[in-house]
Amino acid sequence: MVARADFEHSDGADGAEVRFTGRLTLARLGDVPARLDALGPIATLDLSALERIDTVGAWIVTRTVNEHGSKVVGASPEAQRLLEALATDKSEYRVHRDRRPAWARMLEQVGTASVAIWHELLGIVGFFGAMIVALGTQIRARRRLRWNAVVTRFQTVGVDALPIIGLMSFLIGIVIAQQGAVQLEQFGLEVFTINLVGRASIRELGLLMTAIMVAGRSGSAFAAQIGTMKLTEEVDAMRTIGVSPMEAIVLPRVAASTITMPLLGFYASLCAIAGGGAFVWVGLDIPPLTYIQRLREIIPMTDFYIMLIKAPVFGILIGVTGCYEGMQVRQNAEEVGQRTTSAVVAAIFLVIVLDAMFAVFFSSLGWN
Amino acid sequence: MSEEVEQEIKEELAAADAVRPEKFETAICIRGLKNQFGDAVVHEDLDLDVRSGEILGVVGGSGTGKSVLMRSIIGLQTPTAGEIEVYGKTLDTIANEEESRDLRRRWGVMFQGGALFSTLSVAENIQVPLREYYPRLDQRLLDEIAAYKVAMVGLPPDAGPKYPAELSGGMVKRAGLARALALDPALLFLDEPTAGLDPIGAAKFDELIRELADTMGLTVFLITHDLDSLYATCDRVAVLAEKKVIAVGTIPELLATEHPWIQDYFNGPRGRAAAGGNQTAKRR
Repeated sequence: MVARADFEHSDGADGAEVRFTGRLTLARLGDVPARLDALGPIATLDLSALERIDTVGAWIVTRTVNEHGSKVVGASPEAQRLLEALATDKSEYRVHRDRRPAWARMLEQVGTASVAIWHELLGIVGFFGAMIVALGTQIRARRRLRWNAVVTRFQTVGVDALPIIGLMSFLIGIVIAQQGAVQLEQFGLEVFTINLVGRASIRELGLLMTAIMVAGRSGSAFAAQIGTMKLTEEVDAMRTIGVSPMEAIVLPRVAASTITMPLLGFYASLCAIAGGGAFVWVGLDIPPLTYIQRLREIIPMTDFYIMLIKAPVFGILIGVTGCYEGMQVRQNAEEVGQRTTSAVVAAIFLVIVLDAMFAVFFSSLGWN
Repeated sequence: MSEEVEQEIKEELAAADAVRPEKFETAICIRGLKNQFGDAVVHEDLDLDVRSGEILGVVGGSGTGKSVLMRSIIGLQTPTAGEIEVYGKTLDTIANEEESRDLRRRWGVMFQGGALFSTLSVAENIQVPLREYYPRLDQRLLDEIAAYKVAMVGLPPDAGPKYPAELSGGMVKRAGLARALALDPALLFLDEPTAGLDPIGAAKFDELIRELADTMGLTVFLITHDLDSLYATCDRVAVLAEKKVIAVGTIPELLATEHPWIQDYFNGPRGRAAAGGNQTAKRR
């Protein structure tokens, strides 16, 4: 076994004289740093008995010299070379970020996040504007919308989403009917479950659930696809060839989600009504024919219009948010993931905020 | 001092004694290496010795298995046949995890893309191997070690707290080198360290490697495509072709061989330019 790092010390007039022995290397350091610290003032460091030294050992020596102003004697050429390499001032080299009190950091985080959200909103609005301008130029230049690209998106945004949206809406219809029936039964008014299911599905839930699902499925896909295209510089290549990315990438996607949303929303409402109907039939013994009859009496046409007005707006919102976030990818693959996440979060959040605004707006119009 | 600490120090010392690089003239000894992926044979009957204290450049055309060779040595790739000894130990036959750890701490590896852990800052990246092998080191010493390693590889003072995503390509390479040097290894593996750097950055990096190798007495296994790097840093060069090492030697020795690939490589327009540029360059 080879000797570990160690030292002997004797007290001199100006402080201890330390004589290192063995190997002053990382692997054999043992408790040397702690014992050196405990020693008090050190006048000289004798390296002549050292078998070997590495950068960590040299750093221990350098550190002691810096702290106590000690003298180094008996350094071998190798040790001398290492000591010289480490001799320059390292005090400005930082290892940690600024250490500030927790409340200051939290305050800063809240501030940064707020500013980031504000910029994000501005960015989305700006992007929407740029898209409208691109649409304008496209129309003025009499270039046709890239219908092929749009139709491909119909497949992924719309048709492929049918099973999952249908199933989800059907189940939600059942849940609403069941929960409503439990409450309304207490007053003997369980027949009003039909009102609840019918109006809620058409006016709010069918569309809202669809929007959330489309944001999760397609908004994220837009962001990830465009983000990857940005990373591989496909978007830049497109620009240099003279193809506008707005026309080639963004507009078809936004168009697809805008056109698909009303269709999917209506489909989802029907599925929710079907789910409610199934529960009402099984749970409350109301036959489907009566259920449909009753729906026709209680659902005003305005509910349907409200859905049709809201749906394309949500579609635009989801498409624009997804494409905007994708276009923001700049540097690395990690960012694609982050941007995809924020595309979904921003889209769902904005959809719900807008939905609340629509609700207030339509009820002040008297469309109750 | 508590008994527990004493025990830990004893274990550390035992581990330090398990592999003794200074006792070996030959750091890496490869005999009859064969690597095969499906039907594609990358290496066959490959022999190579890396001497302690030298910088060995490994060159070869694309697809000749330079990286595979490195991965075989450091145990990321199990060879189909053959033996690789690093400081007298064979990773293949090392039975227990402890022993392979003892060996692993003797080398540092710098991957082509830096391979920095993206969720950790540069300083934390450097501290990862230190924490793994020397959990007893106190935070102050860890921070100081990270700071001087950052300085040693020529990164700016504010690089320590930065995350890999905030660094430029050249800085990522330097940070990767700093992490490879964290444990003061005897043996350093570099996979195309200057690839993707501009000529000035690459020249500086070559200089840095030469300087560090001299200061710390490193043995370096350097994979490169860069002829300037070969001239500026390497003591010897190994040429990989036809599934084996066809020649090892100093550049003048290699130039004396008749092999067409070697002649093409060093006497092509780029090779001559690199040779001309380095005739006046200061060598050790």
